[in-house]
Amino acid sequence: MNISVQTRNLTRRFGRFTAVDRVTLDVYEGEIFGFLGANGAGKTTLIRMLTGLLKPTEGEAQVAGFDVWGQSEAIKRRIGYMSQRFSLYEDLTAEENLTFYGGIYGLRRDQIEQRKAILFEHVGLQPFAGQMTRDLPLGFKQRLALACALLHDPPIVFLDEPTSGVDPKARRSFWNLIYQTAQLGKTLFVTTHFMDEAEYCHRVGIMHMGRMIAVGPPGQLKRQYDKSTMQEVFIALHQSSEEAA
Amino acid sequence: MYAIKVRQFRKRYGDLEAVRGIQFEVEPGELFGIIGPDGAGKTTLLRALCTLLLPDDGEILINGLNTRHHVADIRQIIGYMPQRFSLYQDLTVEQNLNFFADLFQVPEDERRARLEQLYRFSRLGPFKKRAAGALSGGMKQKLALSCALIHTPDILILDEPTFGVDPVSRQEFWDILRDIQRQGTTIVVSTAYMEEADLCDRVMLFHQGRILALDQPSALKAQYRFPLYRIEADHLPEMQTYFAGLSGVRFIQRFGDSLHVSFTREPGDDLWQTARDQGLQRFERIAPSIEDIFMDLTTREEHESVEH
Ligand SMILES: Nc1ncnc2c1ncn2[C@@H]1O[C@H](COP(=O)(O)OP(=O)(O)OP(=O)(O)O)[C@@H](O)[C@H]1O
Ligand SMILES: [Mg+2]
Repeated sequence: MNISVQTRNLTRRFGRFTAVDRVTLDVYEGEIFGFLGANGAGKTTLIRMLTGLLKPTEGEAQVAGFDVWGQSEAIKRRIGYMSQRFSLYEDLTAEENLTFYGGIYGLRRDQIEQRKAILFEHVGLQPFAGQMTRDLPLGFKQRLALACALLHDPPIVFLDEPTSGVDPKARRSFWNLIYQTAQLGKTLFVTTHFMDEAEYCHRVGIMHMGRMIAVGPPGQLKRQYDKSTMQEVFIALHQSSEEAA
Repeated sequence: MYAIKVRQFRKRYGDLEAVRGIQFEVEPGELFGIIGPDGAGKTTLLRALCTLLLPDDGEILINGLNTRHHVADIRQIIGYMPQRFSLYQDLTVEQNLNFFADLFQVPEDERRARLEQLYRFSRLGPFKKRAAGALSGGMKQKLALSCALIHTPDILILDEPTFGVDPVSRQEFWDILRDIQRQGTTIVVSTAYMEEADLCDRVMLFHQGRILALDQPSALKAQYRFPLYRIEADHLPEMQTYFAGLSGVRFIQRFGDSLHVSFTREPGDDLWQTARDQGLQRFERIAPSIEDIFMDLTTREEHESVEH
């Protein structure tokens, strides 16, 4: 299996505060990798370093074979990023948002048109292409944000809390979409506070105060900590780490 | 007198009827939950309770006061936390909290006790001096919640307060809500986390501008009369496709590492036998959760509106 993201002691400090603390991780091509962790554990900060948006303080990381220290522009062309509060333009239509992002990624007009058709089909948004983004229900905004992240057909996609606030049904159909995206051979990083979604990942990493305190497939973590759900694994790990701190 | 009384409330946006003549009451001191798909109209409803929009038809009474005529009086009674609450990004955590405590004129002794409790839930104590703008998404949400909970209004209305809040803090947040309720406050709260609906005295399932169900969580579950099974299999997606093709299946959904399937009537042994040949490992009859009921009722509604 080819490695698509590799970090070694990756660290980020803000002043004296350490937000990400010596994280070492390998993620493979085609994996759906879940990040769990309490608020402020460092998930978004870690993702921002891997997307080339934020410089690390120390440590190493390669994304799609490029180095976060010197090759962040090359990385940006090979990753898609859906941020925690998806940054869509509310007063553009769904279709205009895609065209706009196509411009940012430097795609040609004909490429944009071609990708738009494929992606509207992929995320099931055709009927809403001409609607103002602000009028779309949250579940559709989230699909549109995913389409924007996939526009330049990147091999690696980072989704930061794509399902927060989304109802149970829309969450499940979004996960079907995540699977379909993985089947295209893409690597996906997903953060979530819904513990049932952790079960849908190939592997999960649990963060606590900047450290990666557990990594593994959900089934293995449940066996290892002798719990029947990921919710229980999460709470047990969180409590023991709080006590240790 | 009811804390909230809603009579034939209707709201249109252009062609879209967002709320279609609904009727319900909330008892004083009740913890009342609202769940429903995106775009069901939950936010419209909550904003109407706070006088932020007026019904096209019908009436809303808050402690007996009509939202059409008593805007100022009602705003004295109600505390509201909108879905996107804006903090002062340049102020620190502590300054934000003090700002809202001053705004709501919370007395000094009460303030100290409440702040202590809020810092415990939010775990923001170590970050008192950090600018709100430099907090993580969930930490911002917890600070916003803390600002909304710093005073104790008669009626508290919270629109998806636990958006992006982690599982441990969510539990602690609900403990605080219970505490506030014990002090006599009526609470109306919307949420996308179905396990939170279980913690309410009554839950309303709101869908396409209508009330699909409204009752105590235990009653909603007790009324569900369809056989529901939890299924484990080697390959869940294939098993899901297999069951989706059977007749007599009401809904089938993935729940974590298993499937939930509900049938119109008790399935026979032959069904389970054939399913075993398809890779079924284990099955057991289970009691429904609120999430099952949500999936079932909203799926039904959509099928029926397509058929019509
Ligand atoms: N620019 C900044 N200046 C100071 N501290 C920061 C800055 N950005 C992030 N932090 C801090 O780093 C820590 C990690 O934040 P991060 O956003 O990575 O958390 P998270 O795991 O994504 O949390 P959530 O689940 O709430 O989204 C937090 O304590 C946050 O306040
Ligand atoms: Mg985050």
